[in-house]
Amino acid sequence: MELSQRHHEYWRKNLVITAVLLGIWFVATFVVGWNARALNDITVLGFPLGFYMSAQGSLIIYVVIIGIYALYMKKLDKEYDVAEGEIE
Amino acid sequence: MSTGAFSQAAFNRQLKKTYSWYVGGFLAFLFVLAILEQMGMPKAWIGYTFLFATIGLYAGIGIMSRTADVSEYYVAGRRVPALFNGMATGADWMSAASFIGMAGTLFLAGYDGLAFVMGWTGGYCLVALFLAPYLRKFGQFTIPDFLGARYGGNFVRTLGIIAAVICSFVYVVAQIYGVGLITSRFTGLEFGIGVFVGLGGILVCSMLGGMKAVTWTQVAQYIILIIAYLTPVVWLGIKHTGIPVPQVAYGPVLQKVGELEKKLNADPKEQEVRKIFKDRADAANANLKDPAKAYADGKAKLEQNVASLKSANAPADQIAAAEKALAAYPKDEAAAKAQWNKDKGLTARANPVRAHADPFPGKDEKARDIARLNFLGIVFCMMFGTAALPHILMRYYTTPSVQEARVSVFWSLFFIFLLYFTAPCLAVLAKYDMFTNLVGSSFASLPAWAAAWAKVDPSLLNISDINRDGIVQWAEVVIGGDLIVLATPEIAGLPYVVSGLVAAGGLAAALSTADGLLVTIANALSHDLYYKMIDPNASTAKRVTISKVLLILVAISAAWVTSYKPGDILFLVGAAFSLAASAFFPPLVLGVFWKRANKAGAIAGMIAGLGVCMYYMLRTYPFFTNMGVPKMDLWFNLNPISAGVFGLPIGILTIVVVSLLTKAPDRETQDFVEHVRYPSLKGDTVSTQAS
Repeated sequence: MELSQRHHEYWRKNLVITAVLLGIWFVATFVVGWNARALNDITVLGFPLGFYMSAQGSLIIYVVIIGIYALYMKKLDKEYDVAEGEIE
Repeated sequence: MSTGAFSQAAFNRQLKKTYSWYVGGFLAFLFVLAILEQMGMPKAWIGYTFLFATIGLYAGIGIMSRTADVSEYYVAGRRVPALFNGMATGADWMSAASFIGMAGTLFLAGYDGLAFVMGWTGGYCLVALFLAPYLRKFGQFTIPDFLGARYGGNFVRTLGIIAAVICSFVYVVAQIYGVGLITSRFTGLEFGIGVFVGLGGILVCSMLGGMKAVTWTQVAQYIILIIAYLTPVVWLGIKHTGIPVPQVAYGPVLQKVGELEKKLNADPKEQEVRKIFKDRADAANANLKDPAKAYADGKAKLEQNVASLKSANAPADQIAAAEKALAAYPKDEAAAKAQWNKDKGLTARANPVRAHADPFPGKDEKARDIARLNFLGIVFCMMFGTAALPHILMRYYTTPSVQEARVSVFWSLFFIFLLYFTAPCLAVLAKYDMFTNLVGSSFASLPAWAAAWAKVDPSLLNISDINRDGIVQWAEVVIGGDLIVLATPEIAGLPYVVSGLVAAGGLAAALSTADGLLVTIANALSHDLYYKMIDPNASTAKRVTISKVLLILVAISAAWVTSYKPGDILFLVGAAFSLAASAFFPPLVLGVFWKRANKAGAIAGMIAGLGVCMYYMLRTYPFFTNMGVPKMDLWFNLNPISAGVFGLPIGILTIVVVSLLTKAPDRETQDFVEHVRYPSLKGDTVSTQAS
């Protein structure tokens, strides 16, 4: 089956949002983890920042990443007319 | 389909109503038990009531959900709404290790334990971005199904089955171990019997109704486990921070813990205790250099002491003490050596307290860098393993649509997050409570919970007056990680009902994970191996029956392996993640995102990834090297638990290289990839959804 230009565009946009969110995930996980000692010198709300990020902060970011992805893709599906019917 | 839409909406409403009643009923049940406790109901009865009421409840749901329909049995009819699939995934995901062990690990390891907290949540980002929507669009029953359809041929499917069975089996052994532990603690049964009693509880949930029954019991189990986890922590949080959301308010408590740690390290009495441990360890080390001579010398010295006291007509009690010391001396050299080897380990207790919030402690920069590398290695393996464990990925086949699958990952992580972002806070609150209420109390009047637990199980809490001053020093306390969650209700001063609730929550966590894993294994064998490869003409009834029989066989063999208590649970779990990451992640993700990936590449990549991962574990993990496998040095100082750090990239690289060296996949496969990428394609000729 031949895909239209718009189909390719949809997939490209999907790849872009995936890459962007993956970048945020990478920073929240590995960049923060690698620099945890340095971040601990900063205090936020009484927490050493390095500790709080690994214990709670990064987790909150993960939840938000997935939430943004689900909302964005829902919109993208509709925009490019690849959304499913109400219920398959 | 408008009628389908209508029935799904009605079904959702019905579900919400049912589970609202369920939550209300459960809270009422707690309330009644609390009143009965006030009226003098014995504690043992409360424990039994929880055990039988919850297992009976799960069994009831399991029996009501019995089915012989293939789609219902394998994927719960594909009509589990995102929210409920999220709860079921949460229960599936959070095992006994998460529920009972996690806070304890954090309590003992401080910052470094957070590798698991991050790894087991961040992995869901990968599930959401790379796998869940595409697997749902594919819409069949198992993970080997996807590999078989994407790469073609039974060989890839077989590799998928082998990898799925290996990692699920390793993981299920760890779960049944947890079930046995809780059941035996709950009822006083022996561990081996506890394993099989717990197994009965697992089987009633999963056998009759497969994925359908497992899903609806898991939702019920999630609700119990999260209420059980949060109640005591919120209470303890109010006690120490005054705010019912301790997860954001425990910063000042963490600071106080840091100050108390410094105080403990400077305290002369603490130093005295640590010195005693250090002296004992040093003496043991010295003795071990020439055990024969040390043994003879030590004995001679004691004998001489008795003799000289006697000849000097010393008071009777002094002579009795000296004779007692002689009688307590090891019988022979072997016994003495065993004792000294044990004493050698006391150096650990001679160390000063580690700062809780301090990442990667080590004696010098190099040791710290190694600790940091291993921390990130564990995070890496846990994340990619999460995104490759078949029992989790399978859950996203059960939602009604692709968009629901995406939303469902969000709810999954949200419900998992509720527990995981509470655990670090619980560890800190518990530590603060112990530093302030346990340390410095006198042995004659220990806090009630400490006295009770030290009596029940010395492996969880052991306090002995090492320097004989009658006061508890922190260095005199030995804590087993599992104590933290189990004892929190008592530390927080809550009634016994809450302790029973926590145990029921732990049981729910262990049962639900074991169920999900068993269904995965049985499905891989009955669907992928039997139906797809051995007898494609098997009737649906026969397929479901075979799956049920296999489920029991797998469960019994897992329980049989478990009753031998095979080593370290954390390593077992870690190994399952590393294996899954190495075997599944590369072919699944490249299968969707890279059309050029072909069959030869997938086969080579899975074998290479899995092979490297297993090879590294075999050659470096002490359990295997002690059995005679030749030991080798660690690569880049990474521990065997992080073997996936090598397996996964090698798997990806192999797929890419081998695919490029061989023929591109045919048109049909490329169409298949297009089909999976778009939730709905007009004019799409490919149809993969099985019903």
